[in-house]
Amino acid sequence: MCDHQCFVYEIVKMSGSSNLVAMKKIVQQLRFEASINRVKVSQAAADLQQFCMQNALQDPLLTGVSSSTNPFRPQKVCSFL
Amino acid sequence: DFLHICKQCFILWLREKQFSLFFCEVQPNETLTNLKAESDTLKTKLEDERAKLHDVELHQVAEKVDGLGQFIMKTRRTLKGHGNKVLCMDWCKDKRRIVSSSQDGKVIVWDAFTTNKEHAVTMPCTWVMACAYAPSGCAVACGGLDNKCSVYPLSLDKNENLAAKKKSVAMHTNYLSACSFTNSDMQILTSSGDGTCALWDVESGQLLQSFHGHTADVLCLDLAPSETGNTFVSGGCDKKANVWDMRSGQCIQSFETHESDINSVRYYPSGDAFASGSDDATCRLYDLRADREVAIYSKESIIFGASSVDFSLSGRLLFGGYNDYTINVWDVLKGTRVSILFGHENRVSTLRLSPDGTAFCTGSWDHTLRIWA
Repeated sequence: MCDHQCFVYEIVKMSGSSNLVAMKKIVQQLRFEASINRVKVSQAAADLQQFCMQNALQDPLLTGVSSSTNPFRPQKVCSFL
Repeated sequence: DFLHICKQCFILWLREKQFSLFFCEVQPNETLTNLKAESDTLKTKLEDERAKLHDVELHQVAEKVDGLGQFIMKTRRTLKGHGNKVLCMDWCKDKRRIVSSSQDGKVIVWDAFTTNKEHAVTMPCTWVMACAYAPSGCAVACGGLDNKCSVYPLSLDKNENLAAKKKSVAMHTNYLSACSFTNSDMQILTSSGDGTCALWDVESGQLLQSFHGHTADVLCLDLAPSETGNTFVSGGCDKKANVWDMRSGQCIQSFETHESDINSVRYYPSGDAFASGSDDATCRLYDLRADREVAIYSKESIIFGASSVDFSLSGRLLFGGYNDYTINVWDVLKGTRVSILFGHENRVSTLRLSPDGTAFCTGSWDHTLRIWA
């Protein structure tokens, strides 16, 4: 079937128990998610805003970049004499 | 029953047979009824915890911030050459090359400054839904209806047949929807219509980690900025956006507020939040530390789905490509639209900011790509 190193797998049919295992996994995941530390939106929002402000001057699309530094803006056309 | 196959084939076989891949101990007192009850209690607890911390809206915090001025962004380049819908694109780190893929089965590498085509590959399938540039700039990855992700090293010799050096890396049991190299050419992260994401070693094609949790097609993914560690976010047809730990395969956080498929996810540049674009015609911002949605970018006049989103370098602007052929530019902090851009003659399917933030590129069902600045 393929070139990778092969192993031997024994398939144990667990009819009827797969729902239980799946539900246990869902509960484990929810326990984990419920336990994480969260901050208040006011704090998170303030941090997002601060990041924007700190980086505003380095954002070419915010500050607007002149033709000389933005390779995509149209250059002044040179004419050959 | 005994099977003589490799681990990779075994996992694919298991999925096809729809056996549970979950191996965990179940205690005697953990019956289906008890577990279901605990699941409901935990879900309510999660909602309560998240609600307690919802003391203010982002746009309220941002009231004192100066509004943004007029935005004049135009199409500066148009890349023509695809014979059918453009489905995906990615920038090279050199800020000038672009790879794009199309329904016509072609993957093209362009020089965006000159609009010249540098390489072209014809894939064995149509609908190449995903493509990505390697960090080194020396290879591209792509895939779609072939259910695979393949890597093509880019040759300096323009006459060389790229298809000859093709390397098959990822194998899913349904279409490839997105792919991305991690911070080196050695590993690729993929998402698929088979409901999973996976991390692969490029050299050996070995499956390093798989990510299970979505209950429908996964449509998009984005890696966290490298400073913030080993996580990525994925979005799917189950309306969920999941954040994953790349090493353990665990889903760390999950967000379900969209009302339809999530077509695109993108991290905020600080790594503390991510934006999503959905068929429900909204884009949303989720803060990871507050563990909740903190902004919705929508207007009554916008009724078509958002297919693709990306931030400007500072995170202040969110660009969204939509199925109504337009690009809406949002003030991330204030939640208002600052500009609407016209030009494409069909759906915008893909959108990405250039690596130095001076421009962004869009791909469309109108067969073209446009560079905006």
